Amino acid sequence: MDIQEGDVLNYDIVIVGGGPAGSAAARFAAKEGAEVLVLEKRQEIGSPVRCAEGVSLSWLEELEIDNIHSSTSRVMKGATLYSPAGHKLKITEKLAGNEVGVVLERDHFDKEMARLAVEEGADFMVKTSAVGLIKEEGIVKGVKAKNLGKEFEVRADLVIGADGFESQVGRWAGIYESLEPKDIMTCFQYRLTGIDMDPDYTHFFMGSDAPGGYVWVFPKSENTANVGLGIQFSRLNGEKTPKDYLDEFIESHDDYKGGEPVDMVAGAVAVTHPPEKVTAPGILLVGDASRVVDPMTGGGIVNGLIQGKIAGKFAAEAVKEGRVDEEYLQKYEEQWRDKMEDKLWRNYMAKEAAMQLNDETFDKIIDALSDVDLETVTIGAILDGVKKKYPELVDEFKEMI
Amino acid sequence: MKPEVEDEKCMRCGACVGTCPFNAIFLKEFTIDINDDCTECGMCVKVCPIDALDMRGD
Repeated sequence: MDIQEGDVLNYDIVIVGGGPAGSAAARFAAKEGAEVLVLEKRQEIGSPVRCAEGVSLSWLEELEIDNIHSSTSRVMKGATLYSPAGHKLKITEKLAGNEVGVVLERDHFDKEMARLAVEEGADFMVKTSAVGLIKEEGIVKGVKAKNLGKEFEVRADLVIGADGFESQVGRWAGIYESLEPKDIMTCFQYRLTGIDMDPDYTHFFMGSDAPGGYVWVFPKSENTANVGLGIQFSRLNGEKTPKDYLDEFIESHDDYKGGEPVDMVAGAVAVTHPPEKVTAPGILLVGDASRVVDPMTGGGIVNGLIQGKIAGKFAAEAVKEGRVDEEYLQKYEEQWRDKMEDKLWRNYMAKEAAMQLNDETFDKIIDALSDVDLETVTIGAILDGVKKKYPELVDEFKEMI
Repeated sequence: MKPEVEDEKCMRCGACVGTCPFNAIFLKEFTIDINDDCTECGMCVKVCPIDALDMRGD
């Protein structure tokens, strides 16, 4: 599309951000017949990758996708948890309720999600930033945008903000409350090659290697993995950065020490409780921008996709009805909350409790669990397992949650 | 004094943008831009995963 300074484009829906949530919203809105435009500020959808790339596949059917083989880097058989003293707990696929996990090629995956939206008729523009909202009488009527240095307007009945953790759209619309420092994880990751690991399992290291968070190792091939960590913002003292923590972790683990980085990734995620609202007249938010990242894992893709579908279907209906007022937008709030709000709250409370655990407690928990045959990985089963060896720990934990 | 960003370090990851309580930071093509809404609270300096931000005069 050739844009001239001052152009005015007209669409039913304009979506800011071409990640998985934005593309899912575009796809399902276009499928219902809406005219949709997606703006992506980067020159390439999905790149540079800013993600650890591990994801379950529980959502495929819901998103009406047969498979994602072409976007899969490696299929996992399970996960291994490590305590600070080196106790190990292996969780196999069967234990995890047959919920197979994969490590993605995120750059490819994001382009696939965009392709599916285009198949339904959505339009995309890359290297195009939203620079402001168009508001009339308190109602959002579109966005001001910039493409290759030329400023133009996209007028639309509904704006969808899918612009991630750093969402400007949510802020411009006045939807946001500031995050609490304890609910921000700041992250750093290398893709390391030439390392030694079990390449069929994801690996998680708990405890003070990553205060308030964890270290992950997500295999991309036999000897290459995304090795990264998230640190709770409130535990940073200004002395050591997340990069420093990761460098130390790698240096102190012989399996990873010899690896060489082929990329580095920085970023932050909000591991917060569900927000009070993600809508305002003429606008709604999806994905990381609406803060639906799983607070326990820090994973945002699955919730973003599922919420994106809900948002897209709702948006098409809203513009058809000509209703983007606060009252009507409540329907979207109800629909996405029905689907995931309870779980988000549960995992938020569990995260708050897990944050209190010290290295010694992690050692005890993983040690106790490696002794028992876990049949399912639920919080209840884990607590029962720990109870056999350390009953006092379980009482403490139950009190916390 | 507003924080200063080292352009050659900045990875444009957006961690500071999303953390800033005053919406004073914006992602630009090769770096970030901090506007006059900055209150010098220092959260961006602390959240940066690679220490690319510094309070001026430090």
